[in-house]
Amino acid sequence: MRKWLLYSLVILSGIIFTARLLYLQVFDSSFQQMSEVNAVSIVYDYPQRGYVYDRNGKLLVANQPSYDVMVIPRNVKTLDTLEFCKMLRMEKEDLERILAKSRIYSPRLPSVVLPQLTKDEYAYLQERMYKYPGFYIQKRTLRDYHINHSGNILGYIAEVNQKTIEEKPYYQMGDLIGITGVEAQYEEVLRGVKGVKYIQKDRFNRDIGAYKEGIFDTLPMPGKDITLSIDETLQAYGELLMKNKRGGIVAIEPETGEILALVSAPGYDPALLVGRQRSKNYTTLYHDSIAKPLYDRGLLAEYAPGSTFKIMNALIALEENVIDENNTFSCSHGYSYGRGRKMGCHSHPSPVNLNKGIYESCNAYFANIYRRIIEKYPTPQDGIDRWSHHLKSFGLGGFLGNDLPIGRPGKIPTSTYYNKIYNFPTYKWFSTATISNAIGQGEVITTPIQLANMTAAIANRGYYITPHVIKEIDGKPIDDPTYTEKNYTTVHPQYFEPVIEGMFDVYNKGTASRLQVEGIEICGKTGTAENFTKIDGKKTQLTDHSIFIAFAPKDNPKIAVAIFVENGYWGGRYAGRMAGLMIEKYLKGTITRQDMEEWVLSRSLEDEYAKPLSGKPFSINQ
Amino acid sequence: MSVSNSIGKFDWVTIFIYFALIAFGWANIYSATLTDSSSTFFDFSQIQTKQLVWIALSFILIVFILAIDSKFYERFSSLLFLIAVVSLLGLFIFGSTIAGQTAWYAFGSFRIQPSEFVKAATALAMAKYLSDIQTNIHTFKDQLKAFAIIAIPIVLVLLQPDPGSALIYFAFLFPLFREGMHFVYLLLGFFAAVLFTTTLAFGHEWVIFGVIAISLLVYYKHRKKRPNLFKYIFIAASCIIFSLSVEYVFENVFKQHHRDRFNIILGKEVDLKGVGYNTNQSEIAIGSGGWTGKGWTEGTQTKGNFVPEQHTDYIFSTVGEEWGFLGSFLVVALFVFLILRLLYLAENQNSTFSRVYGYSVASILFVHFFVNISMVIGLFPTVGIPLPFLSYGGSGLWAFTILLFIFIKLDSQKHVNR
Repeated sequence: MRKWLLYSLVILSGIIFTARLLYLQVFDSSFQQMSEVNAVSIVYDYPQRGYVYDRNGKLLVANQPSYDVMVIPRNVKTLDTLEFCKMLRMEKEDLERILAKSRIYSPRLPSVVLPQLTKDEYAYLQERMYKYPGFYIQKRTLRDYHINHSGNILGYIAEVNQKTIEEKPYYQMGDLIGITGVEAQYEEVLRGVKGVKYIQKDRFNRDIGAYKEGIFDTLPMPGKDITLSIDETLQAYGELLMKNKRGGIVAIEPETGEILALVSAPGYDPALLVGRQRSKNYTTLYHDSIAKPLYDRGLLAEYAPGSTFKIMNALIALEENVIDENNTFSCSHGYSYGRGRKMGCHSHPSPVNLNKGIYESCNAYFANIYRRIIEKYPTPQDGIDRWSHHLKSFGLGGFLGNDLPIGRPGKIPTSTYYNKIYNFPTYKWFSTATISNAIGQGEVITTPIQLANMTAAIANRGYYITPHVIKEIDGKPIDDPTYTEKNYTTVHPQYFEPVIEGMFDVYNKGTASRLQVEGIEICGKTGTAENFTKIDGKKTQLTDHSIFIAFAPKDNPKIAVAIFVENGYWGGRYAGRMAGLMIEKYLKGTITRQDMEEWVLSRSLEDEYAKPLSGKPFSINQ
Repeated sequence: MSVSNSIGKFDWVTIFIYFALIAFGWANIYSATLTDSSSTFFDFSQIQTKQLVWIALSFILIVFILAIDSKFYERFSSLLFLIAVVSLLGLFIFGSTIAGQTAWYAFGSFRIQPSEFVKAATALAMAKYLSDIQTNIHTFKDQLKAFAIIAIPIVLVLLQPDPGSALIYFAFLFPLFREGMHFVYLLLGFFAAVLFTTTLAFGHEWVIFGVIAISLLVYYKHRKKRPNLFKYIFIAASCIIFSLSVEYVFENVFKQHHRDRFNIILGKEVDLKGVGYNTNQSEIAIGSGGWTGKGWTEGTQTKGNFVPEQHTDYIFSTVGEEWGFLGSFLVVALFVFLILRLLYLAENQNSTFSRVYGYSVASILFVHFFVNISMVIGLFPTVGIPLPFLSYGGSGLWAFTILLFIFIKLDSQKHVNR
C-alpha cells in the first residue's frame, strides 16, 4: 500500500494539470484576447485626402498639416500641471477634465488634449514635449480651402462619432470622415484606405518590431482627386448676387446634367469648419435658426413653383392632345369656375393662344387647358394620375437621385392624395378643386434643383440626365450610368418647340422683356409664388417668392437655371434679373447688363425677412 | 567496471526522456530570451548560448558519473553530505547576495548555487542512513536522526533566505514513508498544510472556531466509548497554537513579497499590475496558446517579455504560449512518465541504498514539477523554484543531471550490488 501513495499523487497531479491546461488554453478564450491587447498595438498610416477641383481645373480644396497634442494616460508621469498648462495656453481645470475623460476612454490609447495647433505653436511646443512623458504631438492633415464659398457643395470633414464607428468598422476613434456635401458623398474616393501596421510591444509598451514580421500589415492607398462639374466663377458670382437675400440658384448644363452652380443663400465659408474654432463656428451656424446657413436651399427648400409650372401644363396639354398651339381662350381679368369662384389675372389682350398664354403668363389660359387635361379622362382621379405621371417623368415629385447626400422629394399630388383630403368616396371632387395646380400654386411643390432639372429637360426637348456635381475621379471622366444615361420624358420632342417659342417670347415681348441680354437668345419663364407663415398661430401671408427658370441659348442650350428668391416679389424682379446675369456670366464671362447687376447687388431683402419677426403689423408685396 | 560494459544496462528510457526535456527546454529558453537578430549566435553573453554551454558540460559530467564505480556513491555519501553542508555554511562568509538572497558563489561572471547540489547529497545521505543495518525507522530516536538530515539543509537554506528551495526538502517525507515511517507524520504534514492555508485565507479566529467545533462534534459522536477528554483538548490546543504561530510567522517573519505571493493565490489580492502580475501574465501567455500554440519564437507574450523570469522559473509559460495545449501536455506527460519510471525502477532495486536514493530522486523531481507547474498555471503561490531540465540555469541543470545519473548508474549495477 505504501508504494502506491507517490504513484497516485504523480498521476493525480498529471490529471489536474491537464485539466487546468485544457481550461486555460482551450475552453477559456478570453486569454487570447487579453494577450493581443497586451502585446500587439495597431498603428495606422493615414493617406492624404484627395484634392477637389472645379470643372476648369481650379483647385478648390487641398490639405494643410495640423498638429494635435495627444496623451496616453498610463504613460503620464507626475506632471507639473501649472507649467504644462502655461505652455499649452490652457486652463488647469480644462486640462484636468480632458485627462480624466481620456483615462475613462482608455488608459492605453491616445486621446486628444489640444487639437489643431498652428505651425508656430507646433514649433514652440515640439522642443519642450520631451519633458512630459505620455504626451506627444501627432501630425494630421486638415482641409485647406482655396475658396470662401460653396460650403454647401463641398461639405466638411470631422471626427467620426460613436454611431458611425459602430456601423462602419473601418473607422476608429479620432478618424476623420466627410459629414456633408461632396466630402460625404465621395468619402471613400477621397479618403483612400489607411494602412495598418501591427507592432509587437513589450511589457513596458515599447515597440520591439513588427508583429509576425509584418504579414498582416497593409500599405495605405492614397485618396483620389476629384473634379467637380461646378464652375467656380459662376458659383462665386451666384453667391455674390444672392448676398443679403435668401433662396437658391441651381444651374445645370442640360446636355450632360452637370451642375454648374448650386447656390444656397445665405451660405458660409467652408474654412469656418476647419481648425480649432470649428466647433464654436459650427455651433453658431447651427443655431442660426432664422437664416439657416447650414440648410441647403438649393437642394432642400420646397417652394410652390408658381407660374414657371405653367410650362409643364402646356407641354402636358399638347402631349395629351387636348389643345394645339392655335387654340385660344378668352381672359377677362381671370378665370371663373363654379359658384362665383374666380382666379384672378392681370391686364393683357384677350383672347390668348399658347404662345401668348406663356409670355403673358395668363392664368385663365392655363386654368382652361388644365381642366381639359383632367377632364379628358372619365374621372378626375384618372386625369390627375395621368397628369402626375407626365410630371414625374421630368424628375418632379420624387428624389432626383443627384449625387449629394441630401435632398427633398417635393410634391406632385396624385388621386390618392386628393381622395384622402376630400374624403372620397363620401365626397366627390372635380378638376376645379385642384385648379391651383394650373398655375403652380396649389399642392405642387418643388425644390430649386428639381426646377432646374425640369428646365434642362425642356432645353433638351424631352430628356434629362440626373444632375450631378462629379465630373472626373482621378482624372478619368465618370462612367456611372446614373449620371450618363438619358431619362426620357413622357412628353414627346415635337411638343417642346411651340412651348420653347413661348418661353423665348417671354423675353421678346412678355414678362421678361426688359431683362434681355444682348447677343444671347434666352428662353425663360417668370414665377411668383404666394407664401404664408404662421405668426402667433395665425396664418399670415408674406411677400411673394420671386422665381425664374431659363435656359440659353435657345438652340443647343448650354445652361439651364432655376432661381428662387424668398420674398423677392414678382418673378422678373429678383430671380429674372439674376437668371440673365448668371447666363451671361457663364456664356460670355463678362456682364453687359451692368444696370441689372448693380440693381441686384445694391439691394437687400433683410428688411423683408425681418417683417414677420418684428412683432408689428406689416404690409407685403410693396 | 568500465562504462562500455554497462551501456546495455542503463535505463535508456529515462535517458531518452532526459534528453528530450533538455532539448525542448533549450528551444524554449532560446525563444524566451530572443531579443533582436543583431546579436550573433556565439555571443556568450546570450542566455541561450550560455545554456548550450551548460548542457554540453553536463554531458561531460554524465560520462564521469557513469564512469565512477557505483560503490563510490554509497561509501562517500556521508562525506559528500558534509561537503554540501559546509558549502551552505560557507555562503554566509563567501557568498554573494543577489536579490536579497545569499545563495551563490561567484567566480567572475560565473555563479554557482550550492543549494541545488545539496539536494543530491542529502538524497545520498538519507539513502545511506536508511540502508544502515542499525537504523530502525520505527523508533523515535532514528526518526529524529532522519529528520535532522533533512532539517540541516532546510535551516541553512531558509537563512539565505530561500523558502522555495527549503520547501523541496519536504520531498524526503515520501521515501521515509515508503521505508516504513508512520503515516501519522504525513497526516501531520497534511493537516499542517490545511491549517496553514485556512489560517491565512480566513484568519485565526475562524480556524479556532472550526477546530473547537470539529473537536466537540467528534467527541460527541464517540461519547459512548468514553474517550479520553485530555487527548481531544491536547489535539485541539495544538491546532490552535499552530494556527496562531502561523499567523505570527506570516505577519512577523515573512517578508512582504512572501505574504503577497500567498495572498494572490488565496484570492485576497487582485492587484493584477502589482504583485499578481507574474501569475496573471503567465496565465495569459499560456491561455493564449490554444490547442497548438502560436509557433516557436512567435509568442507575443514571450516576445514582449510580459512574463518575468520567463526563461527560468516561468519557462513553462513559453511552452504553453508557443506550443499550445499539445506542447504543454507533452511536457506534463513526459514528467509524469519519467517520475513513474523512476519509482518503478526504485521499487525494483535490490539494495536499500539504491531504492531509497531512487525514491528520493523521484520525490524531488515530483515536488519540483508539482510546485513549479502549479505556480505557472496559477494553482499555487509564487515560489521561486525551477522546472527541472527545462528552466535556464547551470547549477540547476548540473544538479538535476547529477541527481538523475547517479541513480541511472546505481540502477545499472543493481545485480552487482547485491
